[in-house]
Amino acid sequence: MLQHIRALGAVTMYGVGSVGRMGIYFSHMLRGIFRPPGKLWPTVKQIEFIGARSLFVIGFTALSTGMVLGLQGHYTLSKFGSESLLGAAVALSLIRELGPVLTGLMVTGRAGSAMCAELGIMRIDEQIDALECMAIDPHAYLIAPRLLASLIALPLLTAFCDVIGIFGGYLVGVGLFGLTPGVYMDSVQTSVEWQDVYMGTVKSLCFAVLVIWICTYKGYYTGVDEGSFGPEQVSQATTKAVVLSSISILLCDYIVTSIMT
Amino acid sequence: MCDSCLIDVRGLDSYYGNRQVLFDIRVGIPRNRITVIMGMSGCGKTTLLRHLIGLKPSPPGQLLVDNEDMGQFDPARMSKFRRRIGVLFQSGALFNSMTVGENVAVPLKVHTRLSQSTIRIITTIKLHQVGLSEFIDYMPSQLSGGMQKRAGLARSLVMDPEILFVDEPSSGLDPITAAGLDNLILELRDALGMTIIVVTHELDSAFHIADQMIVLDAGRLLSVGTPQEIRASRDERVAQFLKRQADPKQEDNDAYIKRLVGERSRKVGVQ
Repeated sequence: MLQHIRALGAVTMYGVGSVGRMGIYFSHMLRGIFRPPGKLWPTVKQIEFIGARSLFVIGFTALSTGMVLGLQGHYTLSKFGSESLLGAAVALSLIRELGPVLTGLMVTGRAGSAMCAELGIMRIDEQIDALECMAIDPHAYLIAPRLLASLIALPLLTAFCDVIGIFGGYLVGVGLFGLTPGVYMDSVQTSVEWQDVYMGTVKSLCFAVLVIWICTYKGYYTGVDEGSFGPEQVSQATTKAVVLSSISILLCDYIVTSIMT
Repeated sequence: MCDSCLIDVRGLDSYYGNRQVLFDIRVGIPRNRITVIMGMSGCGKTTLLRHLIGLKPSPPGQLLVDNEDMGQFDPARMSKFRRRIGVLFQSGALFNSMTVGENVAVPLKVHTRLSQSTIRIITTIKLHQVGLSEFIDYMPSQLSGGMQKRAGLARSLVMDPEILFVDEPSSGLDPITAAGLDNLILELRDALGMTIIVVTHELDSAFHIADQMIVLDAGRLLSVGTPQEIRASRDERVAQFLKRQADPKQEDNDAYIKRLVGERSRKVGVQ
């Protein structure tokens, strides 16, 4: 009995300690933005990695999502004779909800996992230790450019996702179901307000912070708790990073939506 | 402990969780000399090194550098200390996404305002010192293990440090390359008066370069002295280590297998 209580206590202490360490890491990550070295070129490189290289997967996801929304939306709206509102249904669903969430999840899977693995390998190869020994703050050198790049790239990717998704809905609504193009675009224009775009942007910024915070944290501390630094620890860290990021995005989505609605 | 010591270790204890790995280490590291820390695998050499370079925090009062307590260093003071040192890690620790030249230039780009052309010149000079000047635009993955270590050494020397820490310089290297690296370390002491601390378990290399040797065993200080004093040591464990002998109290392989088979036979009731 005592053994179980001890085990529960150990797990609880570990959990609390991990949360605390994540909080401290977050503060170092933010502080790193204002510390040397300079960040312009590293940030541009990360924008290319996080943003430009994600365009294809985001575009493909958005197009197929928009087309599915068009199919399902038309099916539902036709029961009420409101097919003309298809544009509004697709646009509002994407701009307020699906655009930021799908973008966040896709970036987590593509860029977040890659960053976690890269930092994990740097940890096990003592490259992060080497930076510290050169009196270079690893948070300022490695993490801050990724955070800045993510804050720039994710809202832009979200906007890209929204546009492609609305086009996907247009292809289905106009091309497949014969809706008038003007009706589709007019319903988009009249229903979407700046408040909806604002909500989508706020979500994308929150998700940007979450993805970088969680994925880089897991990579940075690869193997530290286990005391073992090897490929298996990198693999475990990457898996945990993607799972935790994805769950956090969905939770954050609910919280932001409930606050802003 | 000596008055001319640059680093003074005063009763250092070290833990990983609840497991103690260093026990009351007391030793002084003299200036402008090569100190070799050696011992069997797992004896605490790398842990001691990590304390000396500040990667593992030391309790207050147990580690002094120039009579300043490293256990009380704030981040700014620690950063100042680290600008005085260079560290060569076991694997070289080169950044995979940068060329060799870019790797060596990292400290110059971060800590100085030198122009790109000046940085390139200094980088070339440092790589020439380690015999890699023609590989300046190569990626680390294109170099052999020994070359990666030499590139890592060039990076650790680029800011002209006072103190150089080297972790297992000859691990994974062939004897000729390892000897070349040893001679390079000797040149650094002779030409630049550098204080160098080397962690190794290679006896030949250790005796070739050391001015002072520190022998660790299971986290405890076994012996400290010049190479001659270590060779002449009457301590049985030092002698065993130097002769590369296993502990005679440990059973040999045959006895171990016989004992294991006997135990398992008794368990299944076989005579």
